Amino acid sequence: MQKIEIEHLTKYYGSKLVLNDVSLNIADHEVVSLIGASGSGKSTLLRCVNDLVPFDNGVIKLDGLSIHDEKFSRHDLYKRLGIVFQSYNLFPHMTVLENITLAPCKVHKRPKNESVEYALELLGLFDLDGFSNAYPEQLSGGQQQRVAIIRAMANKPDVLLLDEITAALDPELIGGVLSIIKNLREKGMTMLIVTHEMGFARDVSDRICFLDGGQIIEEAPPAKLFSNPENPRTKQFLQRIIESGRL
Amino acid sequence: MISKGHGRFPKSGRKLRFRDKYLPSIISISSVLLVIFVISLAVTSAEQWPRIKAQFFDINAMIDVFPKVLHGFGINMAIWAISLVVIAIWALILAIFRTLHGPWFTPLRIFSIVYIDLLRGLPSLLLVLLFGFGIPALQMKGLPSSSIFWGSVAMISSYSAYAAEVYRSGMEAVHDGQKAAAKALGLSQWQTLRYAIIPQAIRNVIPSLLNLAVALQKDVALLSVLGVRDAVREAQIYTARTFNYSSLIAAAVLFLIATIPLARLTDYVTQKDRARRLQKTI
Repeated sequence: MQKIEIEHLTKYYGSKLVLNDVSLNIADHEVVSLIGASGSGKSTLLRCVNDLVPFDNGVIKLDGLSIHDEKFSRHDLYKRLGIVFQSYNLFPHMTVLENITLAPCKVHKRPKNESVEYALELLGLFDLDGFSNAYPEQLSGGQQQRVAIIRAMANKPDVLLLDEITAALDPELIGGVLSIIKNLREKGMTMLIVTHEMGFARDVSDRICFLDGGQIIEEAPPAKLFSNPENPRTKQFLQRIIESGRL
Repeated sequence: MISKGHGRFPKSGRKLRFRDKYLPSIISISSVLLVIFVISLAVTSAEQWPRIKAQFFDINAMIDVFPKVLHGFGINMAIWAISLVVIAIWALILAIFRTLHGPWFTPLRIFSIVYIDLLRGLPSLLLVLLFGFGIPALQMKGLPSSSIFWGSVAMISSYSAYAAEVYRSGMEAVHDGQKAAAKALGLSQWQTLRYAIIPQAIRNVIPSLLNLAVALQKDVALLSVLGVRDAVREAQIYTARTFNYSSLIAAAVLFLIATIPLARLTDYVTQKDRARRLQKTI
């Protein structure tokens, strides 16, 4: 069963082609990572999936139904697709708990005590006990990003989209965030991940897509892609990563 | 650990010498006094000074008129306080109208744009005259006919146009990532404004809104042209009766007593706001 089907996706920013006829399927419980140089279109692709960025051509389906289908209410789409951003984007004027329970209470109309209970449970699970009444600016970057992951999880989504979630973090804080993602993988969460952390992509993914110039030019399981890439552009990219000591 | 924003300087090991500690204050105080002395000497040595002094700075006249001017000033402050509340709400509504997108909201958006353009483009005095004399003259049933009411409506209308633009700039200053996050959580356009954008926008614009509040505090005196017996009007009545202008000075002092603390408060809030932003970007 395919969870997400991306078919012939094309996207322009003005006259610049950023996604060129991209097709990609993600099965239920599968973890797929998008890697590639800056400007290769990976973040745009990710943001197209939950309709944050409009696209010009193609179809994106969730459980076989186009995300632009009338049967999809806004609530429904965003309940099933959670996203975590590079810069956390927590609401600075709300406490951690308010950040997490906002969507469950106001969008999905769940009872407040139930939302709070679930939020506290997740906070405990992610080593953030006792932070529920803190404001985002009182937390470290790693803690804020973990809150952002919990906020996305609080809607109980089917799929989690991760947009370079460690790019803004200090190196020593990255590990804590990544271990949570590995934990979610073990629980069977379907995930589409954009990342520059090659080691993480290798450990967590079932499949890795290398994007270049708005196209997926190579797609393989991590073991294959990292040890024996076929496309010369992929080789070159990985070579540079290895030279810079990031793999 | 929560940082408080205003850290104290570490105590230096060396004791400050008298010169370092007090000399700067002594120099500033004495230079200010010197300037005041020179100016007052120049003014009082003017040929017409005794006449001016009798007409403008007659203490007895001031004491005589003070109760009436003070009563009028109470009216100024009451109009000001009520207007402030109404402006804060009405301007926010205008700003929201202007920000909403989508075809259904087009009439609201156009209304807001036209309203703001018109009312920012007209002098407040003109509006006060038009509203204060024009609308009561219509003698429409059900509408209040008091000039104090319509004069206040004019001030509120005019200031709301400015305040709406202040709110709007505050909303636009909220980072795009906040809107993306709100959308991705499934919040509707209205919920995004209500829970994510407006609370942050208001925090951003409080210093600017306080500035407008200071300006309004004085501009309420424009209502005196309608015959509203505010502080300025009372002072003018006294002047017309006695040919002594001291009443105007009395009114001026009252205005300063009210506006200066508010202006200081505005400075203080602005400074705190700047510190907050700096802290955020570091």
